[in-house]
Amino acid sequence: MTASSGAITTGDPGHAVSEHNPVAGLAHDSRGGISNPILGMILFICSEVMFFSGLFAAYFSVRASTVHWPPGVAEGVPTALAERFNLHAEPFYAAGLTAILVTSSFTCQFAVWAIRRNDRTGLIRNIAVTLILGIVFLLGQVYDYSTIGFGISDTPFGTTFYTLTGFHGAHVFGGAVMLSVILYRGLAGQFSSRHHDAVEAVSLYWHFVDVVWIALFSTLYIL
Amino acid sequence: MATTTLTPAATAYRSGLYEWLTTTDHKKIGILYLVNSFLFFFIGGIFALLVRTELAQPGLQILHDELLYNQLFTMHGTVMIFLFIIPVLVGFGNYVVPLQIGAPDMAFPRINALSFWMLPLGGILLLLGFVTGGTAQAGWTSYAPLSEDRINGLASSGPGQDLWLMALLLIGTSSILGGINFLVTIFKMRAPGMTMFRMPILVWTVLVTSVLVVMATPVLTSALIMLFIDRNYGGHFFDPSTGGNAILWQNVFWFYSHPAVYIMVLPAMGMISEILPVFSRKPLFGYKAFVFATAGIGALGFSVWAHHMFTTGHVFLPFFSLMTFLIAVPTGVKMFNWIFTLFRGKLTFSTPLLFALGFLSMFLIGGINGAFSAAVPVDFALQDTYWVVAHLHYVLFGGSVFGVMAGLYYWFPKMTGRMLNETLGKTQFVLMFVGFNMTFFPMHQLGLAGMPRRIADYASNMGWNDLNLLATVGGFMIASSMIPLLWNIFLSLRAGKPAGDDPWEANTLEWATTSPPPPYNFDRLPEIRSERPLFDLRHGRTSH
Repeated sequence: MTASSGAITTGDPGHAVSEHNPVAGLAHDSRGGISNPILGMILFICSEVMFFSGLFAAYFSVRASTVHWPPGVAEGVPTALAERFNLHAEPFYAAGLTAILVTSSFTCQFAVWAIRRNDRTGLIRNIAVTLILGIVFLLGQVYDYSTIGFGISDTPFGTTFYTLTGFHGAHVFGGAVMLSVILYRGLAGQFSSRHHDAVEAVSLYWHFVDVVWIALFSTLYIL
Repeated sequence: MATTTLTPAATAYRSGLYEWLTTTDHKKIGILYLVNSFLFFFIGGIFALLVRTELAQPGLQILHDELLYNQLFTMHGTVMIFLFIIPVLVGFGNYVVPLQIGAPDMAFPRINALSFWMLPLGGILLLLGFVTGGTAQAGWTSYAPLSEDRINGLASSGPGQDLWLMALLLIGTSSILGGINFLVTIFKMRAPGMTMFRMPILVWTVLVTSVLVVMATPVLTSALIMLFIDRNYGGHFFDPSTGGNAILWQNVFWFYSHPAVYIMVLPAMGMISEILPVFSRKPLFGYKAFVFATAGIGALGFSVWAHHMFTTGHVFLPFFSLMTFLIAVPTGVKMFNWIFTLFRGKLTFSTPLLFALGFLSMFLIGGINGAFSAAVPVDFALQDTYWVVAHLHYVLFGGSVFGVMAGLYYWFPKMTGRMLNETLGKTQFVLMFVGFNMTFFPMHQLGLAGMPRRIADYASNMGWNDLNLLATVGGFMIASSMIPLLWNIFLSLRAGKPAGDDPWEANTLEWATTSPPPPYNFDRLPEIRSERPLFDLRHGRTSH
């Protein structure tokens, strides 16, 4: 080290390296802008969008190469079954599920707004309502599966229907697990207006799951 | 030169196996990636040697079961692509990127460890097929409906294809998490003064690669899941006999696997772009042009996937042909960057530079013979011949693997604190370079002579005998080039020449810290006023 290299700057001594989060304690992490976990969640959601794009592409590809969609009597499907396939005829049940999930997106956002105001009670109440609505949605989907009358191996329509809705359901389940963690941590008093990245990140994910369902509902029941 | 001194407490590594199994240090994880990748490189290499030995002469000599032959080339392709080339580049990225941007670690160290540990698990799952009645055997592309195993006589007798699917799901998830980690690290963890246009080129290539990983790999995941549903739950995605669409698999598969080609080569390009300036004693020619060319390759990479499907008759040929030719433009820009970096430079022909020059020349051939296949009428003649095998090996071996070797010789002193032996390194280079060309150049002629790929046997009167024998001899020569490498590493780790902080008089920040760097990398950083902070420091320049 020569004297001419006086240009070297020393690290910020104010940020001690802690055993539990050595990286976050260093100077680079606290320069403003979007936080690491939220940027990470946004990128993860980007990858999830591409995952569902693959499934949707498959749906439209199979649909385009099939003459009767949903499959009708012409292809040897029993009449009763053919009626079950016709989701257009009875979209009300799915519309109800849609309403539940969209409502839960609102309550989730209310929870975020609450903790931004440092309102911990509001956070806990709204997250609890969101979680309950998510569970109701999942139970509703299970009930729908049990009554719908066709299976995953019944025609390409059945395959795409169960794959798309099934993977969406799995994502709702994952979101519900995340919400449970948020609820637990909220009850333990771990969040404040300054420290609630996890709430923001989970809420982004929950909105994403909601948007996927809206796309699914439009595709499967309306289009 | 800018030696960092740390308190003894901060430099003390906890020793032992436990530390390596539980580490979240990006440098240790990077080394784990490299070791794991080279392990699978040797496994995949053994598969390749078995394939080449069988093809040395007409007739079935050592692999009497043609299905076993199919399993071997399937495993060779899958292991080399998913368990060697992609992870080995991630390993270098993991080690070098945080150092080069002056960060203490990756943004998510524990997710980083998770990403790594999925790889050996995926590899074990993949190879378990050999002991459960046969691995996947439909090629690394696993085209449906062949991979659905519904065709009598060609069907796999075990759960090998399902194991292949599960393995690739794990490896893909590992890739996605790693890509997110790199992006957040590069966007958020740069040292003060390290603006985007002062980042080393390797960091830029890892950034573009990570965008490709995050946007393309999930599409492969969806394809794998659909094939799994088809195989196990009676789904109808890909089997035309039950209303599915076989071309769908090819579309979804190549939507990932073409960008994956750039995932496999862009970081290697970044590595030689670090090496060429250092051994030419010049800055990289056209830094910004190189950055934009990298971004251009990444963007165009998403619009060319169907050039793998010209002969299906289900793709819009002019569009995909044009877009494929367009990729030659940014790639050509990079070629000029590299050549004019060397031009009138003060060259020192150390082993890293030799391998980098190997990359340049071999990747050029791989690019040119690829451009032939981009022309639709030519592709109709060359489709599924050995020409394709020659092309992909010139790009992936001549390009990526030579780049990996260059990077290994370049950063090994930083990782271990020890220099590698130059004589052994040059011996390896000569063996590998000659063996590589002896193996893969004849495949051009074999392809033009009409030899199809993925066959275990061929008639002796086709005129393919001599070239196949030559390729097999070359294959063993490549294998022999690994002996000086391993011996070199062994000797160096035992008693190599100490490297010091900056043995190459390099330009980037990783050489500002000790070799090997301490945990969290830097005690203090040089001022960053250009893309070559250490050059500025050596020459007393603090501004660009």
